Amino acid sequence: MDMADRTEALREAVAAACADASPLYIRGGDSKRKLIGRDCEATPLDIGGHSGIIDYQPDELVLSARAGTPLVALADALAEYGQTLPFEPPQLQGSATLGGTLACNLSGPARPWLGSIRDAVLGVQLINGRAQTLDFGGKVMKNVAGYDVSRLQAGALGTLGVITAVHCKVLPLPAATLTLAYDMPAAAAISTMCTRALESRPLTGACWLEGRLYLRLAGAENAVRHTASLWGGEQVDDSIWAQLRELQHPLFEGGEPLWRLSCAPNTPHIAQLTRAIDWGGAVRWLQGDVRTLNLPAGAHLTLFQGGDRSSEVRGRLDPVQQQLQRRIKQAFDPAGIFNPGRLYSWI
Amino acid sequence: MNALPAVDRNALLARLREILPADGLIEDQESQRPFECDGLSLYRELPIAVALPDTVEQIQAILRCCHSLQVPVVARGSGTGLCAGAMPHPEGLLLGLSKLNRIIEIDAQARSARVQPGVTNLAISQAAAPHGLYYGPDPSSQIACSIGGNVAENSGGVHCLKYGLTTHNLLAVDMLTVEGDKITLGGAGLDSPGYDLLALITGSEGLLGIVTEVTVKLLPQPELARVVMAGFGSVRAAGDAVGAVIAAGIIPAGLEMMDALAISAAEDFANAGYPRDAQALLLCELDGTEQEVEQHIAAVREIFTDHGATSIRVSADEAERALLWQGRKSAFPAVGRLSPDYYCMDGTIPRSQVAHVLEEIARLSAQYGLRCANVFHAGDGNLHPLIMFDGGCPDEIARAEKFGADILELSVAVGGCITGEHGVGVEKLAQMQSQFSEAELHQLEDIKQAFDPGLTLNPGKGIPILKRCQEYRSLPGRHGHG
Repeated sequence: MDMADRTEALREAVAAACADASPLYIRGGDSKRKLIGRDCEATPLDIGGHSGIIDYQPDELVLSARAGTPLVALADALAEYGQTLPFEPPQLQGSATLGGTLACNLSGPARPWLGSIRDAVLGVQLINGRAQTLDFGGKVMKNVAGYDVSRLQAGALGTLGVITAVHCKVLPLPAATLTLAYDMPAAAAISTMCTRALESRPLTGACWLEGRLYLRLAGAENAVRHTASLWGGEQVDDSIWAQLRELQHPLFEGGEPLWRLSCAPNTPHIAQLTRAIDWGGAVRWLQGDVRTLNLPAGAHLTLFQGGDRSSEVRGRLDPVQQQLQRRIKQAFDPAGIFNPGRLYSWI
Repeated sequence: MNALPAVDRNALLARLREILPADGLIEDQESQRPFECDGLSLYRELPIAVALPDTVEQIQAILRCCHSLQVPVVARGSGTGLCAGAMPHPEGLLLGLSKLNRIIEIDAQARSARVQPGVTNLAISQAAAPHGLYYGPDPSSQIACSIGGNVAENSGGVHCLKYGLTTHNLLAVDMLTVEGDKITLGGAGLDSPGYDLLALITGSEGLLGIVTEVTVKLLPQPELARVVMAGFGSVRAAGDAVGAVIAAGIIPAGLEMMDALAISAAEDFANAGYPRDAQALLLCELDGTEQEVEQHIAAVREIFTDHGATSIRVSADEAERALLWQGRKSAFPAVGRLSPDYYCMDGTIPRSQVAHVLEEIARLSAQYGLRCANVFHAGDGNLHPLIMFDGGCPDEIARAEKFGADILELSVAVGGCITGEHGVGVEKLAQMQSQFSEAELHQLEDIKQAFDPGLTLNPGKGIPILKRCQEYRSLPGRHGHG
């Protein structure tokens, strides 16, 4: 791995872009260019060379690394001490970086139970649109000094600045993991997922694909074994979770547009459109004539992959929120140089 | 540019009388007294008026009125905050939200609760209990503190290492902007459209908007919880034992440390059976399924023994667990009995620094001639030194404030921060400049202006005003010591 601190070089590149108002496309491992956000035409700013673990204290449960550090490198370092990034970010054939993961707020099947990087991030360093290198948050678990700029980066798709370093909470790897499978139609699976999640059991995954409900148990060995004996089902290997996490399930193949609906876990099954259900019911992967769907209350729809990525790929905001979001963008990036149009056409 | 016009008190009061019923508006100073400070009574101020609306529509009308007159608005929940974040503004309105205390809906299958901002933290868990659910964050003030205040401060509690802070346990908030426009941040699911403004609002100390409804996540009540209490001969040994528990892959539900002075104060108060001869005490709670708890109890007991614990006791039942926690939970009032007043600090430090920091605090204690008891959320590094002083003695107040400031700066120096869960408020404004550079403070100020260009929401709190607003009506030297 190329381990180097390129913070100052990145800052200079941002300063130059500021000076002639020339937009930048921030690129880590270039693994998510066709996912989540809109297409963005701008001069690439490569973060990949800015990598390396800055600090890792296993008994503090805190890891700090430069934004371009590949997730696989982090996973290796953490595994040495029996720890992990609890939010199960996709490594995408080894190319995904820590900074890109924060910018996209991508997390795996454990999200409802173990959170996303949005929940794990403790601090960031970023270069704002005035070419200033700024630190927010820190390396401690609790920090309420100032606004939570670190979490604001999660899902901002790099439109608020160049993330250069991330401090985040890590957790022990579970001592045991076990997957249970049940043949079941979607509506029954949703109900089962919600009911099982009410129990105090080591549940860390609940998904439904192709007529099967899968539940994942992870934690202390005897707790996992005991729960499995109570819940029955067929014990299968754990590969389904990696397929979902790495976007390698057949669901993600083929060119058809794939939509992600984020909703309450007990939202009734959306027949016809649903290809898969994850996050214990809180995510529905949809395909087909999705734009005509009457959205459930409080749900958000995103064109995750494929389709027309020059139009908006996420839901409309009301005018008050739109204005507020625009002002937040201006507060960080007054010249609008970072990833223009990646989040919304107007940001 | 931001010098506000002098407030036309009569015009403001006349309009507020039209919006609020007679018992919703407090104009006379004597009746305003209960609202002059929050839990940090060192800082007091009286507002122009106290508004106690009971509907969201009234709040909206109040905000529109104050916005048009450019009158500062300070939101207040239950007033249990510890940083003077809810201290009134002398030329502003204090907006009390305690009458909005309704639990709107518990959706057990979705594991969520929709509540009004004045609902107390504990009331949410009580309402969720029939469904076998509870709300995770449990600040010590949970009987009284409101969920709206918890959102404003990003409150924690003794269970945050495993279950997170307020920010980890929210799904959505309804908020009114300074202009009185209603928006919903977050949603029913876990993704946000656009920027995650819910994250930004959480812990923003009432500077960005007024929260009118909160949707929280609920957790299943653990099947079993047990606590291991252990005494140690030194703070360092206890600190090492904490690190060893984490390194062994165990995430306790709660992991608390107390020093000798705190142990004896708590024991005098609660008779929980704490070892008075110990220099440090650990309370380690394990929860989960019965099997998991038994396995972890055995492991923790062994780690504590290996690290030289001088006594170990494991709760056998719920009554004993409650008793062991009783001492810790009453540590603040217990210290209150040792001294006319105490001043609670809130720095967070990397856990490995605890022995060093506690030694430094002992040195400062001698230097300032003030006693200091330490209670510590050891699992997440959040330290609460309780500096004892006599509020009737101006010199002791000055020394206590200086002592506290030194502790915060020490926290930053060892890689930590000035506030883990109590907030900045008025109290820690000066220390913000030890934690943040000027460019960082400007960035924070730009965020503030994105939400509140006229700077009328809780002015003079949270973020020090630097460049553009020096002439703004701030409060230097105006707080009365009480």
